[in-house]
Amino acid sequence: MTKRQKTMLTRIIVSFVLYLGAVIGEHMGAYEGLPGFWPEFAIFLIPYLVIGWDIVYKAVRGIRNGQVFDENFLMTVATFGAFGVGEFSEAVAVMLFYQVGELFQNYAVTRSRRSITELMDICPEYANIEEDGQLKQVDPDDVEIGTIIVIKAGERIPLDGVVVDGESMIDTSALTGESVPRKAAAGSEVISGCVNGNGLLRVQTTKEFDDSTVARILELVENASSKKAKVENFITRFARYYTPVVVCAAVCLAAVPPILLGGGFGEWVRRACIFLVISCPCALVISVPLSFFGGIGAASKKGVLVKGSNYLEALAEMDTIVFDKTGTLTKGEFKVAEIHPEEMESGELLELAALAEYYSTHPIAESIKEAYRKEIPAERIGHTEEISGHGIKTTIDGSEVLAGNGKLMDMFHIPYKECSGIGTVVYLAKNGTFAGSVLIADSIKEETEDAIRKLKASGVRRTVMLTGDRKAVGEAVAEKVGLDEAYTELLPADKVEKVEALLAEMDEKHRLAFVGDGINDAPVLSRADIGIAMGSMGSDAAIEAADIVLMDDNPAKIASVVKIARKTLVIVRQNIIFALAVKALVLLLGAFGMANMWEAVFADVGVSVIAILNAMRALKTED
Amino acid sequence: MKKKFKLTDLDCANCAAKMENAIKKIDGVHDAAVSFMMQKMTIDADDARFDEIMKEVVEVCKKVEPDCIINM
Repeated sequence: MTKRQKTMLTRIIVSFVLYLGAVIGEHMGAYEGLPGFWPEFAIFLIPYLVIGWDIVYKAVRGIRNGQVFDENFLMTVATFGAFGVGEFSEAVAVMLFYQVGELFQNYAVTRSRRSITELMDICPEYANIEEDGQLKQVDPDDVEIGTIIVIKAGERIPLDGVVVDGESMIDTSALTGESVPRKAAAGSEVISGCVNGNGLLRVQTTKEFDDSTVARILELVENASSKKAKVENFITRFARYYTPVVVCAAVCLAAVPPILLGGGFGEWVRRACIFLVISCPCALVISVPLSFFGGIGAASKKGVLVKGSNYLEALAEMDTIVFDKTGTLTKGEFKVAEIHPEEMESGELLELAALAEYYSTHPIAESIKEAYRKEIPAERIGHTEEISGHGIKTTIDGSEVLAGNGKLMDMFHIPYKECSGIGTVVYLAKNGTFAGSVLIADSIKEETEDAIRKLKASGVRRTVMLTGDRKAVGEAVAEKVGLDEAYTELLPADKVEKVEALLAEMDEKHRLAFVGDGINDAPVLSRADIGIAMGSMGSDAAIEAADIVLMDDNPAKIASVVKIARKTLVIVRQNIIFALAVKALVLLLGAFGMANMWEAVFADVGVSVIAILNAMRALKTED
Repeated sequence: MKKKFKLTDLDCANCAAKMENAIKKIDGVHDAAVSFMMQKMTIDADDARFDEIMKEVVEVCKKVEPDCIINM
């Protein structure tokens, strides 16, 4: 509890005790002997002031500032009215009830905020550097790339890097939601934000603080679009109209019936006061955003960053999901599997391929260079041209060399022998003659099959794969993991077109999600209703463009977040229906004189508290 | 220029919405967002008159929620 909340609690207790005393006195007939109105009034005035002075003060201040019809004014009018007709105990009790509710509301909101910001409390404050045999604490911002930092047991890793010495278990739960620790030893990559286990680690940093994982995540969260879900916007608009409408109704209720039916204003004004008390839409305006807040928090606990409540809402409506293959469904780790040379040695072909791919950073190029293992002298390589979606054209030792897919061979009219293995094939040609093929295979992530199964179980109607890879490979992978459709051999621009086509086939009520990781996935990620990117292996461009980021690259998490999204929306809907129904009921009863101040305050504050408690359920995750 | 401010003692979600609308109406303000959940205010306004505009923002907010403080 904050200090303000504690003070309020004290006031409530004191006031309640005084009130109880006054009421008991009333029951015991202690006031029978007192003359007239004022003495009994004074007795009840004390607890009233203890609990309600600030409401009255704020009401007056509100009028001065032009904000007339706020809750404070309404409560003041209502309770003054009660005092006026001699219902002293009711006036105090109602004010007490109101303040208890407000306190609870405040407490619930504060606690929700805290539990969610705590999830994001992953920022490392310092880094340890060895200087002259002593450990010195420095600001992570000041650590240059390549510095060796020391991470002691239990400390948070301050920067991304590679372990040079030491062995330990790393707790990645803050970032990935995985409670199982990961082993780290010499040569392992570690990312900032995780907590070190029991071993001392010496790590050589590979990034500056601003580029390290934890800083990037925090920035993403900070700048997460304050884009509101459709439901939130609706509630905001509704709230703007709700209050004036109810206030007007109250005025009509106070003025019209007495004029039409004759009789006193008193009763009707009392009923109008009930209307006024209910006219605040706070229950909705607080509980709806809070539910989404909770849902986003629950997703973070699972290691999934959702950049805005509108995306959570969209995810609940998703029925079509499109996957990029490489790096998303598969590990993106390529290894040379087969070498089929034509009229040369395998080693020669591999050397040719490695030289041709020297300048490329594509995972396929990397795996070829890795398999070659030897140093590559750049002088042997001439002008290199990369033809998107096809391959590379370069000059090696003076000869023209082509390395790429079947389309490249066709483009240069070179007849080639197709390699039938499952994997990515790089065909090579030297001086216009087919030289052979190198088969590189990727492996499917273990979690992928499970991920697709879970998604289908949760009701996703259509699961699609898009890849630039060959038909045989794409379709084999799609079948293995259980996807409905696969579109292969797509150029980056084709992927966007395909997604547009799929979007056109969707109906109003459902959304399409695209999952990818590469630089060229950025346009598609932006185009899809929901863009989901891989957080640790993914490119910066993809993470920027995406709406949801999977911190540990695990596609199975998608199904979890869909569940969270659906639960959140259910809670939101429950709250809206509950709040409106209760308010409507009490308004109706109040108009007919069958409700009094108690029901009114409950319909306002009580409903709010219940809605908030319900909203906090969104934060809970079942595993 | 876009700037973020932390808010203290923003107690009423309705007031947050009212503040947002009132700030958007100030001359020179391109966009504004008040988040009751995060207790943050983001204002996008004319570079040249930013300080002046902020003074107006503070006044407007005081009228809606007098207890709320904008941490400059």
